Amino acid sequence: MGNYIEVRWHGRAQQGVVTAAKVLGEACLRSGKYVQAFPEFGPERMGAPVRAYNRVSDEPIRLHCQVSDPGYVLIADSTLIGTVNVTEGAPDDAVFIVNTHKSSEEMRKELGLAGKKARVFTLDASRISLDTLGRLMPNTPLLGALAKATGFVTLDALMENFKENYSKKFSSKVIEGNVEAMKRGFSEAKGE
Amino acid sequence: MAITMTKGQAGLTGNSAIAYAMKQINPDVSPAYPITPSTGIVEEFSSYVADGAVETELITVESEHSAMSACIGASAAGARVMTATSAQGLALMWEMLYVASGMRLPIVLTDVNRALSAPINIHCDHSDTMGARDAGWIQLYSETVQEAYDNLIQAVRIAENKNVLLPAMVCLDGFITSHAIENITLIDDAAVKEFVGEYRPVHSLLDTDNPVTMGAMTLQDSYIEFKRQQSEAMARARDVVIEVGREFGKKFGRAYGLFETYRLDDAEAAIVILNSAAGTTKVAVDELRKQGRKVGLLRPRLFRPFPFAEIAEALKNVKALAVLDRADSMSGFGGPVFNEVRSALYELEKRPRVISRIYGLGGRDYKVKDALAVFDDVLKIAATGKVDTLQKYITL
Repeated sequence: MGNYIEVRWHGRAQQGVVTAAKVLGEACLRSGKYVQAFPEFGPERMGAPVRAYNRVSDEPIRLHCQVSDPGYVLIADSTLIGTVNVTEGAPDDAVFIVNTHKSSEEMRKELGLAGKKARVFTLDASRISLDTLGRLMPNTPLLGALAKATGFVTLDALMENFKENYSKKFSSKVIEGNVEAMKRGFSEAKGE
Repeated sequence: MAITMTKGQAGLTGNSAIAYAMKQINPDVSPAYPITPSTGIVEEFSSYVADGAVETELITVESEHSAMSACIGASAAGARVMTATSAQGLALMWEMLYVASGMRLPIVLTDVNRALSAPINIHCDHSDTMGARDAGWIQLYSETVQEAYDNLIQAVRIAENKNVLLPAMVCLDGFITSHAIENITLIDDAAVKEFVGEYRPVHSLLDTDNPVTMGAMTLQDSYIEFKRQQSEAMARARDVVIEVGREFGKKFGRAYGLFETYRLDDAEAAIVILNSAAGTTKVAVDELRKQGRKVGLLRPRLFRPFPFAEIAEALKNVKALAVLDRADSMSGFGGPVFNEVRSALYELEKRPRVISRIYGLGGRDYKVKDALAVFDDVLKIAATGKVDTLQKYITL
């Protein structure tokens, strides 16, 4: 149906998945792509399950419906597995990236993907964010992990976009912490 | 908010793009009462005001009725006035919308389309602006973030044109467009300033050398003449929309007309649909064209005044079409867009068959498969000339 990539983010309100989708969109735009980044809003309350989406394409994107069969699924909070259907609609060869201290083999089982073609990557994004930012912000390491697991966005594009777009909003300490979180997310994501 | 551009492109939500256009237009007065999903417009614009990036007097009021009342007062005084709202907000403005248009005040309003209560819902449909379609406001609809931005800049010129002098609303889809980041090409501040020009009101209550009366009582002796003039001004807006859209295209490379057609030239079956869902429908058109099916799309941009003759001309060779409405007129004959399109086609010697489909109320997702299912019906009608179901709800 057209040459584009679709991404779905799962998290809980306040974990930054809406911002992560925004930052990913901006980084892809910097690389000359056409992008969409949009949240799925419901009744908003802290801790409630939240989804956000991206579309990325070499051509202008005309679709304005929700993403229903994402090739890439990022899960910022593994306690959502079993509560929210995180594999819903994802094709057989989808890529899953999960914030967890567990191995990708264990996570593959939990996701019900044992023996399936899907690729599963894990990283302890919560710990990385505590180390680099001093608070729970699993979204930034997940972006780094996405760059490792896929070819459509590079770590450099993510880091450069963040430095350029957010230097006015955040202190240099926050910028450096986020860039470090992306780098560590990139190097610590493991799986296949 | 700092906006960074890459090769002239930025990634902005519809709300940010509208707020940015308002910053570039720099209206004299902006009375506002924020409401979901248009809140972001007022929020970001108020930052521009606080930062001194604009000279606008932002008036925070206690309701949308007051917001529109303040718009009317400021506009009658001779100011360039802009505001934004959604759903219940526009509904609460209702009484004052008619005062604004009757007094011929070129106020520009952005409506981020949202369903009306009850049941309460914050998501997209067009019930709000369709309810205001007879309020004497020019209505421009927008498919994308880019078009919403471009429409707002053009709306100022259209509304303030001396042959028009009517308020205008620019409509974009709640959440789908207002909260989605898309690529957008922004125009330089100076170029926007030049394009909209300096506002010189034809009449101003503050011009004491040339006193005027506005909003006076008129009875059987003259009310109907006022309304006739207003109606004629609205009809003239059609030409101004064409003129301004053409000039915008020449200056900035994106030309706009009364409506957009997509692969319609040799189409036998077509869908007529507003705003963001037209994009999704175009993807369905491409799918079917690959299979050799002759399908196309017409997306009205200007809904008030309704360009009935031009739309009838554009659709005259189609055998059958579906008009999709994201609003219901509740036991009227189909949805509001259907009413207009079908009525416009009545003047043709040989008329296409037309069906009505109501979709996507309260933000219900409208997918490519939904458009394909509608095309399936329309292609059958085109082949047989027989209509099974004239009106129905889809995306249920």
